[in-house]
Amino acid sequence: MIWNEHAECMEREQLIKLQNERLQAMVSRLYYNVPFYRKKFQEQGIEANDIRSVDQLKYLPLTIKQDLRDNYPFGLFAVPQSEIVRLHASSGTTGKPTVGGYTRRDLETWSEVVARSLYAAGVDHNDVVHVSYGYGLFTGGLGLHQGAQKIGATVIPASGGNTKKQLQIMHDFGSTVLACTPSYALYLAETMKEIGMDPSELKLRRGIFGAEPWTEEMRKEIEQKLHLKALDIYGLTEIIGPGVAMECEHQNGLHVFEDHFLPEILDPQTLQPVPYGEVGELVFTTITKEGMPLLRYRTRDLTSMTIEKCTCGRTMARLHKFMGRTDDMLIIRGVNVFPSQVESVLLEMSETEPHYLLIVDRVNNLDILEILVEVNESFFSDEVRQLEALTHKIKANIESTLGISAKIKLVEPKTIERSEGKAKRVIDKRPH
Amino acid sequence: MLLQQLSLFLENKTGRLAEVTRVLSEKHINIAAFSIADTADFGILRMIVDQTDVALAALKQQGFAVHTTDVVGFVIPNQPGNLYQALQHLDSIAIEIEYLYAFAHNGDAAAVIKTNDNKLTATTLKEFGYHLLEAGEQLD
Ligand SMILES: [Zn+2]
Repeated sequence: MIWNEHAECMEREQLIKLQNERLQAMVSRLYYNVPFYRKKFQEQGIEANDIRSVDQLKYLPLTIKQDLRDNYPFGLFAVPQSEIVRLHASSGTTGKPTVGGYTRRDLETWSEVVARSLYAAGVDHNDVVHVSYGYGLFTGGLGLHQGAQKIGATVIPASGGNTKKQLQIMHDFGSTVLACTPSYALYLAETMKEIGMDPSELKLRRGIFGAEPWTEEMRKEIEQKLHLKALDIYGLTEIIGPGVAMECEHQNGLHVFEDHFLPEILDPQTLQPVPYGEVGELVFTTITKEGMPLLRYRTRDLTSMTIEKCTCGRTMARLHKFMGRTDDMLIIRGVNVFPSQVESVLLEMSETEPHYLLIVDRVNNLDILEILVEVNESFFSDEVRQLEALTHKIKANIESTLGISAKIKLVEPKTIERSEGKAKRVIDKRPH
Repeated sequence: MLLQQLSLFLENKTGRLAEVTRVLSEKHINIAAFSIADTADFGILRMIVDQTDVALAALKQQGFAVHTTDVVGFVIPNQPGNLYQALQHLDSIAIEIEYLYAFAHNGDAAAVIKTNDNKLTATTLKEFGYHLLEAGEQLD
């Protein structure tokens, strides 16, 4: 199902023409309305009318998260505050939150891309959409809410928390679609098991999961435990919120809504574009945003991109599964390590739960990686040597995937902190 | 013929063992025998209790990794050499012992044993005249 066939299946030539026009208008808006960008343009000798095509993107300055902090809270807004109708913010783990300001038209754009996302997932007005993303400053809850409302689905604004009650509501109200973080989906599945609820008692058929990176194996696990098709939605507050890109039912990469958000993949070191198919840092330019347009915003997310037409008929570029974030990337003994790699190893093994914690420390100038892994209740053995064999197996699998050795410590079930939002996977004790 | 043992995964953290005994005492469960096998990082607590199902449910509810394991329990008359003799019978038919622990039982000793073939172990011991402990039997 395609919500906006005209936009989503546009020929690339026509799309680029549209992007060129929109980029040109955006650069001009930035030049005249945002002092931060005007200063950057002037430093590089760029005039408001110099940029006429997306090919020239590479000459334009990049924007980083620190720029948003430096201009906190409203310094990057391109319209007077009277035109801003909504504010959102994402909680920074350190320092100030990241703010997003929306005009009325921005909210319409946002609902439009979420509507497209839901249709891509095969969700329509007959569905009951249970939104367990947090409502509030976080964009997840209201973002999904507006889009689901736009397509005419029945929306349940459940928000996060109170998991047993949520299951009750899902059961009684016949929720067919679940929208939340993938880790909360697993937490729901766990709770269902705890209270003796079988997934067949629910009508769930689709899951719209995002706000944190997750692996193929985690998808399989969620699908199997909740009896639904799990699809990946991507977005960030700085750009608009969820709905920047979305997987279609073919689960073959996330379609970027390129008529609103221009994607680029850059080598994180050289900051030069990499060819299609190669992994790099995802960078977005919001060509239609009015409230807070961002130019070449570095997302810190690592992925690769293709512009090959998808079987679903959409022509929009697709992002491949996210590899993690440049921030999540740990450098241990000189090797790049992503928590998501550990997760895939654990999910491939039937004996362990995908709940883990990486603890990195430095002892005598040497980086030490310890991984806490929860034992699976059903696999746990009464024999020491079997548990030791399991530890060795995990260790060997981790080492072959990460390329470095790690100490594996089995811990009791449910002792690693569960989070209803983003899961905490790493404790880095090394002095910075 | 076989006894049900509770096997429980314990992290080597202070207070975990006390927590297990607290859960059991709250349910008025009597522990007849227990042993701990431990490594540097974790331990396995093995227990024979008087109400296995109640204990299993209570511990599960408290989030412990626990399950039941079939083991053989038998009485060793209180004379020197009796355990040796029993083990020799098993050895003679090539039964391998995974683990064994003993406890006092009505003035005699009793042993819990897990082997690579529990059923054969039980029949063999029975044939040699050992009294096998049954579930529900007064175990203290
Ligand atoms: Zn597609």
